[in-house]
Amino acid sequence: MADWRESFRILFARRVVLMAAVLLVGMLLMAILCTWVLPYEPMAMKVSQRLKAPSLTHWAGTDELGRDITSRIFYGARYSLAIGACTAFFAALFGTLMGLLAGFFKSLDAILMRLVDAMMAFPDILLGIALVSILGASPVNVILALTLVYTPRVARVVRASTLVIRELPYIEAAHAVGLSTPRLLFKHILPNLMSPILVQLSFIFAYALLAEAGLSFLGVGVGAEIPTWGTMVASSTQYADRALWTLLFPGLAIVLTALSLQVLGDGVRDLLDPRLKGNT
Amino acid sequence: MNSLATLSVRNLQTSLLQKKGLLSLVRGIDFEVMPGETLALVGESGSGKSLTALSIMRLLARNAQWQCQGEVLFKDNQGLEHNLLTLPEKTMRTLRGHRIAMIFQEPMTCLNPVITIGQQISESVILHLGLDQSSANASALRALEQVEIPAAQQRFHEYPHQLSGGMRQRVMIAMAMICKPQLLIADEPTTALDVTIQAQILNLMARLQKDTGMSMLFITHNLGVVAHHAQRVAVMYAGQIVEQGSVADVFAHTQHPYTKGLLACLPGRARQLSRQTGQRVALLDIPGQAPSMAITPTGCSFAPRCHSCFEKCLQSLPEWRGLPAHTSLCHLEAHS
Repeated sequence: MADWRESFRILFARRVVLMAAVLLVGMLLMAILCTWVLPYEPMAMKVSQRLKAPSLTHWAGTDELGRDITSRIFYGARYSLAIGACTAFFAALFGTLMGLLAGFFKSLDAILMRLVDAMMAFPDILLGIALVSILGASPVNVILALTLVYTPRVARVVRASTLVIRELPYIEAAHAVGLSTPRLLFKHILPNLMSPILVQLSFIFAYALLAEAGLSFLGVGVGAEIPTWGTMVASSTQYADRALWTLLFPGLAIVLTALSLQVLGDGVRDLLDPRLKGNT
Repeated sequence: MNSLATLSVRNLQTSLLQKKGLLSLVRGIDFEVMPGETLALVGESGSGKSLTALSIMRLLARNAQWQCQGEVLFKDNQGLEHNLLTLPEKTMRTLRGHRIAMIFQEPMTCLNPVITIGQQISESVILHLGLDQSSANASALRALEQVEIPAAQQRFHEYPHQLSGGMRQRVMIAMAMICKPQLLIADEPTTALDVTIQAQILNLMARLQKDTGMSMLFITHNLGVVAHHAQRVAVMYAGQIVEQGSVADVFAHTQHPYTKGLLACLPGRARQLSRQTGQRVALLDIPGQAPSMAITPTGCSFAPRCHSCFEKCLQSLPEWRGLPAHTSLCHLEAHS
């Protein structure tokens, strides 16, 4: 990673990756700037403007309380992206740690993996619902619940890769150099796991986005007063037959963001693999 | 036994613990490596050569249970003797890569693909000599130059996949040599390389050995390499050393039928014969297969394949014969 400019050139040589990145950066910027840039307050109600179709004044139309949907989508992106990012980060962190330990130490393997099996026995969304209903509906609790849901996934993938890498000759060679076990784990095995972890990271970000939407839709998400994409889709269902835009635009935001994340994740994975470097 | 030796292995037995019981794979071997000397350990695949090396380094695969018995005495540069088999893992780690280094057979897979060459080489000096990153880098660069890698400065920042097989083996050697070990265990370091590169690597190792005065345990199945690069040779068969002595002695006055067989297998021998007879002569081989390690033999383990086998060979275990400088494990002389 000595030359960042070169890395970016390779990464964005594929147009679809470039598009995904532009979309994500745009979404992020708008999420940060929306309250200053957009003409409407995301919470400002205007009964006279109820369920107005998309027009030049309201690009994505208005919802049942006359609030501007464009503003709400970008304002909601703050919550949706933050929840997705935090979930992906913590799930990857704990999952990697669990997977590394389980894959490397035979004695820990059985205990950790049975724990993972137990957690994975519950359907994702059901476990999420159960956890949020116990903890209470709030953004932090949604992150907590989703982290618990997705950690086992990462743990399994990381364990499987660790089992393979542990037996490779270069790990034996590193052992012969006299490295300590922690150093071996984090300096020699972990870097080799970066591609599967990154792929999981982008997947989980996208999954968490969808799961948050799902939880909010079911009414056990962040709370109805916070406009995330999920709550917007949830509240639009009653009016979707008359005002499709109330459903369409938040839904589109979810789909496009999730898709872009996966495409970008794939691109970064290819870039990080030094064996693929210089071949593009 | 002489206590001058850098490494003396006494009655080393390595067994694999299985459900059915012990599977004895190295069956009590003895040898010594003197300072500055190269001892070649030869034998066919499965004879226990690599296992011996791994037992000495205590690097036996962790996915199986092993039992090592006997003594592996290593003398460090302060003249302190350590029994490597009983040393705590922590102390063992300070010796590995520092006082005892190892080179493996496959240069293609023995380097971590996601770490630069320079980092991999400098890691062990940081670890063992306590250097900071910048002086470690300088010393890694010197090590790369020492193993004659062209454009070392540039190679330093490259990844293993950007190097050829010969280059990677040079990097492995640089990694092994950077802490100036007293003992280098080379497990078939040239087997995966083509012949011209083989010669270069062997000459390089010989030069480095002369410069540093280290001892070398050289594991190979190539007798040509043994003749050129080792002072003494130990021939292994079915987990035992069957003949041991100076290279000149063993090659000129071969005692054990197995060693004779190995020497006869060399393509040079067939070429010689075909020149004498004027006809093409097929390469010679040793008939039969190495015995299954699951069976404990009652007699000599080579007996079933031996031309000179007689009654006693099947009945009782052979004993060492010959002078200590050149001995073999065979009944033959006692019989005739």
